[in-house]
Amino acid sequence: MDFLTIIQILDSTVRLGTPLLLACLAGLFSERAGIFDIGLEGKMLAAAFFSAAVAAVSGSVWLGLAAGIAASLALAALHGLASITFRGNQLISGVAINFLAAGLTVLIAQDWFGQGGRTPSLVGGARFEPITLPFADHVAAVPILGPIYSELLSGHSILVYLAFLAVPATWWMLYRTRFGLRLRAVGENPAAVDTAGVSVVGLRYAAVAICGVLCGIAGAYLATGLQAGFVKDMTAGRGFIALAALIFAKWRPWHAMWACLLFGFLQAIALRYQNIDLGGLVIPVQVMDALPYILTVVILAGFVGKAIPPRAGGEPYVKER
Amino acid sequence: MDVMPRWADVVLIPLISLALAAILSALVIVGIGEDPVAAVSLMVKGALGSTYGWGYTLYYATNFMFTGLAVSVAFHAKLFNIGGEGQAMLGGLGVAIACLYVPWPHWTLALIFASLAAALFGAAWAAIPAYLQARRGSHIVITTIMFNFIAAAVLNYMLVVVLRPKGAMDPASARFPEAVHLPSFQEMFSTADTALFRGAPANITFFVALAACVVVWLLIWRTRLGYEIRAYGHSETGARYAGISPFRITMIAMLISGALAGLMAINNVMGEAERLVLNATEGAGFIGIAVALMGRSHPFGVFLAAILFGFLYQGGAELALWTDIPRELIVVIQALVILFTGALDNMVRMPLERLFLRLRGGNG
Repeated sequence: MDFLTIIQILDSTVRLGTPLLLACLAGLFSERAGIFDIGLEGKMLAAAFFSAAVAAVSGSVWLGLAAGIAASLALAALHGLASITFRGNQLISGVAINFLAAGLTVLIAQDWFGQGGRTPSLVGGARFEPITLPFADHVAAVPILGPIYSELLSGHSILVYLAFLAVPATWWMLYRTRFGLRLRAVGENPAAVDTAGVSVVGLRYAAVAICGVLCGIAGAYLATGLQAGFVKDMTAGRGFIALAALIFAKWRPWHAMWACLLFGFLQAIALRYQNIDLGGLVIPVQVMDALPYILTVVILAGFVGKAIPPRAGGEPYVKER
Repeated sequence: MDVMPRWADVVLIPLISLALAAILSALVIVGIGEDPVAAVSLMVKGALGSTYGWGYTLYYATNFMFTGLAVSVAFHAKLFNIGGEGQAMLGGLGVAIACLYVPWPHWTLALIFASLAAALFGAAWAAIPAYLQARRGSHIVITTIMFNFIAAAVLNYMLVVVLRPKGAMDPASARFPEAVHLPSFQEMFSTADTALFRGAPANITFFVALAACVVVWLLIWRTRLGYEIRAYGHSETGARYAGISPFRITMIAMLISGALAGLMAINNVMGEAERLVLNATEGAGFIGIAVALMGRSHPFGVFLAAILFGFLYQGGAELALWTDIPRELIVVIQALVILFTGALDNMVRMPLERLFLRLRGGNG
């Protein structure tokens, strides 16, 4: 394996890790506030469709992004309504949202475009184009560092850079602002937050809304950045891999980034090689497919450091009278 | 004290939730420019208007009864088993191995042992998440979701590398031998003059599913173990105080749940396809969630809900065939049913409880 191949695999790791990272941070906000969210997949899928559909019709990828975020926010509001206002089961609500998105996207896509549940291919301004960082072409010839800069770091769409900037932003928001402190508190001990005179319901809705926005960007990136258009079920379990990454990272932003890059790397390897031959020992591609899930189970089992979720996670808050 | 009479809880709330889901589904159909009344009549005609339609409806219902019971049993122990899909996939693997590698003299023997294999494989796939929940506190919802994906990878590997016959292109096992062919409804009910259920996949497994409903009812409401499962589901501390081991109940409830999900494979793999294919389960494991929620985790409710979803599935296939409405309409309906009977239960329950309180206040 030569240097350029490694760079290419890492480049594709960044691309494939981006939607995971955005969805993972989305889940982080929600779950840190005590709202379990297994509907990341559905929100991403809805955002992917509406961003691609609006971008295809209007020709503007930015309008598409806005539509994607709006669609994801609508589902997030539904999740909030079910799990915060009506104190329903958050897991069941998440399952419902996943199916709702899986069904509605195909139904609407067929109605609008009549192409068997897909949008037309996006071209030109309807897609997020790669951004060439300054001097990327000039330094490409420099050994080692040149390709790293011009191939690996440069040439991604704006949403990729946004996703990686969201990591320090999330860290800062959670650990260095009053809002972040309250958000974390509401996921651990909502009664204490309530006693302090801060609205538990308001905080949780805010967290779910942030989750919706981030899932919206993740879905829009899938359909307008990574690929050119929406196809049925295009999230392909990414929402669940993001969930796995979130547990793997034990609900911490920087760790979430590394977990998503690891899982993105596994996807990049599986995409490039069918079976990996390690000198006699052949690893079938199915092992690569299953590895993120297996790793998550191992982490959950507590064999490699215990993953402890926010204490009030999954519990509806009932104010005592 | 219960605010509402029992009938309101068991019948009224599910009916209102279902009506809400139906109204929203109708709005969706209107939204994509189709006529909901025509759509419903087409679904009824396609799914219930002929023995052929019934043959498909009951075939799907058989799948959903198994997965619905699987989710229900876990629900009674307050465990949410989303892994029915993976457990049913592994059940299919068990059935395929039992049917392909053992020369059965007669289908009755094959049915018994294939059922055992299906249940065993399904239970085994549920065992690891159950153990991790009971001993290590790993959240069963997350682990069973992960195990669905791992199951898909295992099945993919088995079909592509191990079970695929030499020279075959598509990832599927060889056809099962003729001896393990299960009697279909067509063979069971047709007379010399009239052919009934012609070409429909419903088979003898339907009666196995009915038996499973009865057995689960006996287990949950008429045995000591069932009582312990329900007690544990109502209050873990209460159950612990009564000397019920949480580890034992979690394991047993999940093993039964996994076995039931696995049993689905005798219907779709042995009864219908007669070979193991990729995606043999077609999401039936997830529909089990909707079926269990709608059936209020009671075997009779599960039976009714399974028939309803069987109707929706077959009706939806007919719609996709004759109109521009894609099959995914069923996924939307399924989502709405899960949403209203599960997550938004309180939205229906709270106003009703207030209504009953007021009625009672007026009388007394």
